Amino acid sequence: MDAYRWNVKLEFAPGTRIDLERLIPIFHRWIQDRTLDELLIDVADYRHVPQGPGVLLIAHDAHYAVDEVDGRLGLLYARKRPASGSLGERLRDAAQKVLDAGLALEREAALGLAIPGERWSVRANDRLLAPNDEYTWRAVEPELRALFDDLYAGARFELRKEDDPRGLFGVAVTAAEKPGLAVLRERLAAASLPLAATA
Amino acid sequence: MSVTTWKEKLRDVVPPSVEREIEIYETQMELRRQDKLDEKIFAESRLRRGVYGQRYDNGQRQDGVRARTLDYPSGALTKGPSTMWDAPGMQRIKIPFGEVTARQLEVLAELAEEYSDAICHVTTRQDFQLHFVHVDDTPDLMRRLAAVGITTREACGNSVRNVTGCPLSGICRDESFDVTPYAKALSAFLLGHPDAQDFGRKFKISFSGCARHACALAHMHDLGLVARIRMEDGAPRKGFQVYVGGGLGAVPHEAKVLAEFLPAEELLPTAQAIARVFARLGEKKNRGRARLKFLVARLGFEEFQRLVAEEREALPHDPRWTELLRENAGPAAGSPAADEPYEAGPAMEAFEAWRRREEGPTAEAAPLPAPPYPEGFQAWSETNVAAQRQQGYFAATINLPLGDATAPQMRRIADLSRRFNGGLVRTTVEQNMVLRWVSGADLVPLYRELAELGLGRPGAGTVVDVTACPGTDTCKLGISSSRGLAAELSKRLAARSFQLPEAIKDLRVKVSGCFNSCGQHHVADVGFYGVSRKAGGRTVPHFQVVLGGQWSENAGAYGLPMGAVPAKNVPEALARITDHFVAQRQSGETFQAFVRRVGKAAVKGALDDLTRIPTYAEDASFYSDWGDAREYTIDDLGVGECAGEVVSLVDFGLAASEREVFEAQLSLEGGRTDEAGTKAYFAMLHAAKALAQTEVVDLADDPERIVAEFRVRFHDTERFHDPFAGAKFANYLFAAHQEPANAFTTDDARRRIEEAQLFIEAAHACHARLTPTV
Repeated sequence: MDAYRWNVKLEFAPGTRIDLERLIPIFHRWIQDRTLDELLIDVADYRHVPQGPGVLLIAHDAHYAVDEVDGRLGLLYARKRPASGSLGERLRDAAQKVLDAGLALEREAALGLAIPGERWSVRANDRLLAPNDEYTWRAVEPELRALFDDLYAGARFELRKEDDPRGLFGVAVTAAEKPGLAVLRERLAAASLPLAATA
Repeated sequence: MSVTTWKEKLRDVVPPSVEREIEIYETQMELRRQDKLDEKIFAESRLRRGVYGQRYDNGQRQDGVRARTLDYPSGALTKGPSTMWDAPGMQRIKIPFGEVTARQLEVLAELAEEYSDAICHVTTRQDFQLHFVHVDDTPDLMRRLAAVGITTREACGNSVRNVTGCPLSGICRDESFDVTPYAKALSAFLLGHPDAQDFGRKFKISFSGCARHACALAHMHDLGLVARIRMEDGAPRKGFQVYVGGGLGAVPHEAKVLAEFLPAEELLPTAQAIARVFARLGEKKNRGRARLKFLVARLGFEEFQRLVAEEREALPHDPRWTELLRENAGPAAGSPAADEPYEAGPAMEAFEAWRRREEGPTAEAAPLPAPPYPEGFQAWSETNVAAQRQQGYFAATINLPLGDATAPQMRRIADLSRRFNGGLVRTTVEQNMVLRWVSGADLVPLYRELAELGLGRPGAGTVVDVTACPGTDTCKLGISSSRGLAAELSKRLAARSFQLPEAIKDLRVKVSGCFNSCGQHHVADVGFYGVSRKAGGRTVPHFQVVLGGQWSENAGAYGLPMGAVPAKNVPEALARITDHFVAQRQSGETFQAFVRRVGKAAVKGALDDLTRIPTYAEDASFYSDWGDAREYTIDDLGVGECAGEVVSLVDFGLAASEREVFEAQLSLEGGRTDEAGTKAYFAMLHAAKALAQTEVVDLADDPERIVAEFRVRFHDTERFHDPFAGAKFANYLFAAHQEPANAFTTDDARRRIEEAQLFIEAAHACHARLTPTV
């Protein structure tokens, strides 16, 4: 599976309300402070779009958004430039990026946000190399299972292929536990250590 | 073996000639990467394919605290002068006369998701734009568009841009005839035409089915075509009233009538003749004077008219002149060719039947059922639904906020189009979409679906439907946040839409981020364009208030700026203007007539206190723009040469110049054109003096001396040069200084006032660049 652009979205707890206007100074400050580990460029304000991407933090490799385009409010990491590494490494990299941004959002006291970390969606942002079909599902599922096994440390989770045939290939992930982002991030780092060591 | 490239996947779908064009473009990209192709040549090549630069693409960005270099992975590689290869860009996608199929909507959604920010943006010229696109993705993006019949060729650059057309053509009650086939034919004819490849600047064409409405804004185009029927020997004949030399931009020009009636079959050759004259004689070096409007002004209208006629006579016959019209008028058998005479008889019925087959209403004609209606439907149908000429069918406008739709919304609109009108949608110059041929019986279900999508907003084409160009969000030329302001205005107006007096519901409000008028502020009832002012060592975003424009009658009149208001006070300024109108309006009076009657001075007087800028300590919010938390700046360069009290002298001098240019407007209102032109000149002169005095303190009021000092100190040193327009604004002063101060026509005086306003804005900008920033 040679898809190089993967989006990962971490859903907020049902009923969460975010004042999107507050994100604008936060994202600008992240650019000033280089809060995230990539080239951050600008902030795009789409608050006027119903069921839209809200406020975007534009980076060179990806966009971050607190969006509800799919009807579910959450933090989206949308990869635009091709990522390197194996499929598993690309998925882990996207998961790491969204977890890092989620933790940074949680640190913003003005938002009062706590992301439970039990609902995700993972989408291939590439209809050519990862068409929305069974072949892609068969190729991706084992990698996703490995990733979420690591994240949930053996706890139960469910993968479900999303069913919009015109949408990007997507998988909804629902876990039985809500470990919080810090724990998820630690587990991901621990699981990635051998990879880093061999790199 | 699986397919790994779009080129391979779409090999049998993309026409070979288009694939070849894209391959050439890819080769140019590769040569540029290897520094074997000049960056300027590559820039024009990509622009001609709709691949634009975007804000901060020079690799520098003010982050609110400091100017910062954006360290892109490709390093110093550029895709144009001062345009970094890796910087996000904008892809403009031409949609001739705004007609787009359901499948095309789906592909646009896919491209937005994969290469952009998942938003499809409808422009004020019926195009789509995708933002934050990497140049490396553009060839595949073009292939995927080509696979569904869309080209980005000549979407930008010095070429024939998207041909716009009335979105209601074919169904409008007031039109002379359906201009669709003509728009389609001319668009196809000029695309890549050898006579349209050597322009000094862009060339815009628009079609309107009638003279009364604004749907296609014929008066503000290089070539505007208004459908007309003429009776000849007792039979109706199709043709066009032809306008040339219109344009907004920095200094707007109203188009002039080249021909009162051009027979339809003469459309393509005449357009070709105009293109040839423009290519041969139009300005090529000075971009600021290169639009057709300047050529018409330079040659004189009669001479231009003569040259076009001469060129037309000399053109060798091209069979495509008539073939394209026939092809686009529908199938040859059983349907009338587009160049056949219009009549409301069997021929027209056959043509309409063909159009219906193409758009294919999916339900029988029916009236709107009786109530009860779902919540919100009544308000939506009053503003967003128009009865078609064809009884029982309706055109429903989807009011897109600031022209934006998400990828899933685009797919659902495609579904709705397939379900309710057979799969065709039109974009509008007011940044909306129209579903035509909806049966009255389907209006309620359509509304329910749109409301579920978040797109059931009423108010299309009313005061709440504020139009804006991209402004500082993404445009390199943006001075203030037009979209931020438009979103705020729209939000506030919508919140009280049910209490809005009838008198103001139909006003048009339009916002541009700078003087270039991409937001079409000149033809709004109330327009705004972005400027800046200096206060206490900081820069404050402002908007010029433009009054007196006319949206109807195809952009029948242009407004003039009457003063700048801090961006944060603009919503209050709009409220006061509209309140003033409601309170003092005479029976049946239009807003434009009201402004003329009470005079701009009275309106300006009502805004005077709003022009005051609070100190930073009093209210720091004035020092940021709408939707942007950063402290506002237009100046990455930092510290300049002027200082201290001289600064206040400059401010004082520039304020006096603004007063003078406003007085010039009052003179124009009073019909005193010579006086208006002269005052506008002196406004420029005094602004130049204000700047020159920073270095020649005892500069007297001698125009020769002022101009000479200004020339040497600010023009020749290029300190006055606009980063993008160069010496354009300084040249306004030099030209006015040389011309005799009499015999101004109304157009001359209006132009001189516009130029003076721009010169003063340039003086403000120059002053801001040269002043220490806090």
